[in-house]
Amino acid sequence: MSAIETSAAPRRIPDRLDTPLKGAVLSWEALLVAVAVAIFVINSLASPYFLNAWSLSDLTFNFTEKGLIALAMALLIISGEIDLSVAAIIALASTLMGMALQADAGTPMLVAIGIGTGLLCGAFNGLLVTGLGLPSIVVTIGTMSLFRGVAFIILGDQAFKGYPASFAFFGQGYVWWVVSFELTLFLAAALVYWFLLHRTSFGRRIFAIGNNSVAAQFSGVRVARVKFILFCLTGLMAGVASVLITSRLGSTRPSIAQGYELEVITMVVLGGVSILGGAGSIVGVVLAALIMGMVTFGFGLLNVPGIVMSIFIGLLLILVIALPIIWRRLFGRRPA
Amino acid sequence: MSALLKYREMFLVAAIALLIAAITLRFPAFARPQNLAAVFNDTSILVILALGQMAVILTRSIDLSMASNLALTGMIVALTNANFPGIPIPLIILEALTIGAVLGAFNGVLIWKLGIPAIVVTLGTLTIFRGATFVVAGGTWVNADRMTPAFIALQRGEFLGMPVLSWFAIVAIVAFYLVMTRTPVGRSIYAVGVNPSAAVYAGIDVGRAKFVAFCISGMVAGLCGYLWVSRYVIAATEVANGYELNIIAACVIGGVSIAGGIGSVGGAVLGALFLGIISNALPVINISPFWQMAISGTAILAAVILNARGERKQGRIILKKAEAA
Repeated sequence: MSAIETSAAPRRIPDRLDTPLKGAVLSWEALLVAVAVAIFVINSLASPYFLNAWSLSDLTFNFTEKGLIALAMALLIISGEIDLSVAAIIALASTLMGMALQADAGTPMLVAIGIGTGLLCGAFNGLLVTGLGLPSIVVTIGTMSLFRGVAFIILGDQAFKGYPASFAFFGQGYVWWVVSFELTLFLAAALVYWFLLHRTSFGRRIFAIGNNSVAAQFSGVRVARVKFILFCLTGLMAGVASVLITSRLGSTRPSIAQGYELEVITMVVLGGVSILGGAGSIVGVVLAALIMGMVTFGFGLLNVPGIVMSIFIGLLLILVIALPIIWRRLFGRRPA
Repeated sequence: MSALLKYREMFLVAAIALLIAAITLRFPAFARPQNLAAVFNDTSILVILALGQMAVILTRSIDLSMASNLALTGMIVALTNANFPGIPIPLIILEALTIGAVLGAFNGVLIWKLGIPAIVVTLGTLTIFRGATFVVAGGTWVNADRMTPAFIALQRGEFLGMPVLSWFAIVAIVAFYLVMTRTPVGRSIYAVGVNPSAAVYAGIDVGRAKFVAFCISGMVAGLCGYLWVSRYVIAATEVANGYELNIIAACVIGGVSIAGGIGSVGGAVLGALFLGIISNALPVINISPFWQMAISGTAILAAVILNARGERKQGRIILKKAEAA
């Protein structure tokens, strides 16, 4: 994945610093806010059912689970690695929760097993990548087949059902009025990840590794350890998402969350995180999650099939990346 | 370097021989030549796709959109055949190659001219092509009774004792071998992957080489679109859903390095055959097909660990030489 840019144009050195206002207006997050507002307005005009507290609450379920994983994935991608196995971790964690259910495990035990499985799977990825020095994209394609494969071996074409009523709260419960538990958890996690990435030395180390892992290593950053922790965090978040999805659906099939990994990565890239590592922000990822949730929900209200929505998600991903580059070509400046 | 590659391919040949031997212990008829030929025929499409993916991976890129390209092209040629049954099959194949190459070129242009990372572009086109398949078919599908007999029969015909589908794979293997080892296009694809900076100084346009690789992978995916649709006699939105990862898995098992520059036609073919043998063997030795995913996952991890060992050894040898000098 380490593409070396050979056709780098001479870097423009500004003769004076931009004003903070100009920087804020031209930032990636500002672009995302504009896109989000536009989609919100279009949705409101297109369907009379959109602008309603309960509709907006239902909307949030479209992105909270994937968004939780995207928060950790953003950190991982900023550090220059990637995890394609997150959806498979969801499937395996959900399957093991189902097995525990057959053995009459209570709700706390189910949650612990779901999150614990995620953490262990993430640690397994991290160990292979950092311990053996293997490329993460290949390792996680392998573990993606392995984790979901184990779920298929255990379940085959069967399903686990009959989760206890108290377990349903995580995916179906509301904290206050229309504010769901999932949304609350997502916002809280976003705050934690924002603080971790943008306000701690650990976060600065992630950026340092993503920009130049060799330089980071020689600056005393324990690169392998930081990356290992990030893989564990990504697995942990997949485990949390697995608890939420299993609780929301009330059943486990081995094909659960199929294809989520690509949606999570789309969210992260749309949020302005560089797929080559070294740049990105949590605010961008949260906005991207919101945008993707609004697009899919809005199309759903208009009875547009999910497969057609995916065209727009794909186009959105390419356009949002391509337009600033074309803009820079035309006007010699990029909203950074 | 070539000794190392040979070592790697020999290792894979040995692994496949061992695999076949183990299967034969449980089910003696498996190793019969007719059966092995049938397994090869069944794996032909994966072999062709893996070759296209290899060209892309060699340039330090990745094509996640191949399976969606296959579905879209397959749907378009099936619709062409259903609506204009008079069009001869060679023209249909030409159509498949062209549409596939155009879709691949779309990926390639974004990567070449805008410098967007391949993984991002093809992640986008993965969903766009798949969605377009649904749109061009209006949410319906094309099945056997709307396809002409010639459309279905071509690849089932026999030529020199082998099904025509196998011959498609054999021709692809030979063509890829010649292009990758004997032409400037093939060598520039390797050069870009081994060392992009050196490639630039050697007068190779890195972006253009990537563009060419994506045109090749697209063209191959388009061809396989026709082959897939006529083999399984159904064109639908879900055709080959998720298959992009099998293609990449075949390359990784075949020793194609995801970091670019390392990989051979023989390796990619053997990697695809390894997966093909496993999927054909599981039913006959009474292992539930639900085991297949976990087994191929384990094979991918084993392959990448072993290949990393090989690369590391090479580094040590260079160091020793440097010390001696």
